[in-house]
Amino acid sequence: MKKDIKKYKPELLKKMLKQMLLIRRFEERAAQAYGLKKIGGFLHLYIGQEAVAAGSIANLDLKTDYVYTAYRDHGHAIACGMDINSLMAELYGKATGCSRGKGGSMHFFDNEKHFMGGNGIVGAHIPLAAGTALKIRYNNEKGVVLCFFGDGAIHQGSFHETLNLTKIWNLPVVFICENNQYGMGTDFRRVSSVDDFSIMGQSYGIPGKQVNGMDILDVYDEVGEAVKRAKTENTPTLLEIKTYRYKGHSMSDPARYRTKEELEEYKNQDPILILKSILLENNVMTEEEFQNLDKGIKEQVKASADFAEQSSEPDLNSLYEDVLV
Amino acid sequence: MAIITYREALRQALEEEMDRDKNVIVMGEEVAQYNGAYKVTKGLLDTFGEKRVIDTPITEEGFTGVAIGAALAGMRPVVEWMTFNFSIQAMDQVFNNAAKMLYMSGGQINVPIVFRGPNGPAEFLGSQHSQALASIYAHFPGLKVVSPATPYDAKGLLKSAIRDDNPVVFMEAELMYSWEGEVPEGEYLIDIGKADLKKDGSDVSLITYGKPLRIVLEAAEQLKKSGVDAEVLDLRSLRPLDEEAVLQTVRKTNRVVIIDESWPVASMASHIGWFISKYAFDDLDAPVELVTSEDVPMPYNHNLELAAQPSVEKIIKAVNTVLYIKEA
Repeated sequence: MKKDIKKYKPELLKKMLKQMLLIRRFEERAAQAYGLKKIGGFLHLYIGQEAVAAGSIANLDLKTDYVYTAYRDHGHAIACGMDINSLMAELYGKATGCSRGKGGSMHFFDNEKHFMGGNGIVGAHIPLAAGTALKIRYNNEKGVVLCFFGDGAIHQGSFHETLNLTKIWNLPVVFICENNQYGMGTDFRRVSSVDDFSIMGQSYGIPGKQVNGMDILDVYDEVGEAVKRAKTENTPTLLEIKTYRYKGHSMSDPARYRTKEELEEYKNQDPILILKSILLENNVMTEEEFQNLDKGIKEQVKASADFAEQSSEPDLNSLYEDVLV
Repeated sequence: MAIITYREALRQALEEEMDRDKNVIVMGEEVAQYNGAYKVTKGLLDTFGEKRVIDTPITEEGFTGVAIGAALAGMRPVVEWMTFNFSIQAMDQVFNNAAKMLYMSGGQINVPIVFRGPNGPAEFLGSQHSQALASIYAHFPGLKVVSPATPYDAKGLLKSAIRDDNPVVFMEAELMYSWEGEVPEGEYLIDIGKADLKKDGSDVSLITYGKPLRIVLEAAEQLKKSGVDAEVLDLRSLRPLDEEAVLQTVRKTNRVVIIDESWPVASMASHIGWFISKYAFDDLDAPVELVTSEDVPMPYNHNLELAAQPSVEKIIKAVNTVLYIKEA
């Protein structure tokens, strides 16, 4: 299917491709560093899901808008424009990390860029997004809050309670369920009363839609509509964006619960390759330009690892800092 | 005796109790098809089927409440929380329903249930995934709380917990699952509420429970080299607390260091410190010292997270304090 891409500015298309590539290469490097024991603990990679964060967040003005996500947070942080040096340094637990080495992989934050984490407990950040939307409404600001969470989180009480609250209080939130099909090792169909999450908003009077998360232009368009609705009508929206993680839940998960064929099927619809071929077909970019872009990004990512490596460990005295203001 | 891991000891306990009583079921996230996030329930689905080994959605409050409902109607559920960090989502069910049902109903309705999973700091997991919550659970009347530190205790206490007619909170630890120890072939039970004297000593009492036992024994070894003979008491149960065992060791050595990986404020350690000062005040030759986690959330950076927890060095320093030994 040939896409009509005239409505998108070439700069936007290139920016989205660049962001997806940056996320992919960053994650690959992080996995490598984990193998070398530079990074410890849980590392939840975003490879395969890049179009969701990059396509959604491309609709935002982060001076007024906000982003919340769960613990698979690297992609959203990068899409919010956070400095990858500070992200890689955080994974290395260094003082130059975005959370001063105290947060780690699951807790990237950037208050200035309105990236509100990086939250570790499944579903627990969903009410926070609504609270930030309450502030926006309270001050008559223009903003919207994008709240990302996974298919595992959608059955938590916090999700259902928050949907109701955003509706009765008219809060500008776009709920984005990134359905990567597996809540850790559990196929989402095994633990859900419905296979179509987008209808879960209906009992709260909240419109919903399923979106193809492997196609960044679909993501961009649908989130764009929802953002517009939130900003002009103060109406929340629930989007189920269907996606796929190529790696296990975290580094310790061999992902034996799915078939190689299924993984290959999704790799064939790789979001980066899809957008790349659209740009090439429409002469927005040449193969050579793409190769140069990728090369530059790989160098940038390598530099972030060097930066992390060379950065200092946090001072032991910082242990007692930041407990209270 | 066979040498098995802590993980395998728990698995054996579950298997034996499920064999023994068809009312015992296991419920939690990834317990069945995935064989458990930490593989404690490995093979149980194959043996007992999906009617008794039940995968749940990620809904801690919901499935914990459902299990309590099944328990008060006569079943014996074992709820696995993937970690105690996620049990915070389920606390209302545990505290307001499981812990109080018997009392509120004037003794009519008891809740025979076990809540189990890893508690306490692991490694590189940051603030929300690495915290010791024993003090909170121990705070509530109506619960039993146990925290075994060896495979032997893990098996014997889990079997007792499953057979207990009260709600039992059973705290393990990620880092302990691969620890090995001797476990007898035949069946045995360990009474809930009985401490275990791990090492006899005369100069100072080191009182602890759960994962820190290992560093406490290491500290005792090191102290021996410098001529200090430390006694080590593993509480094993926090509720009921083996008060007699605590008083016995205090009366014997007259000096106490309590090692608890929870935070210091309103903790098991501070409670035991108060208990000793009330009931063995005249036996003390020095104020009780506590070695706890530092009073901060857990940082991700490894040096910081190690500095946040009890260590052999901190224990030795506290021992020197109660012995009035000036360090060089």
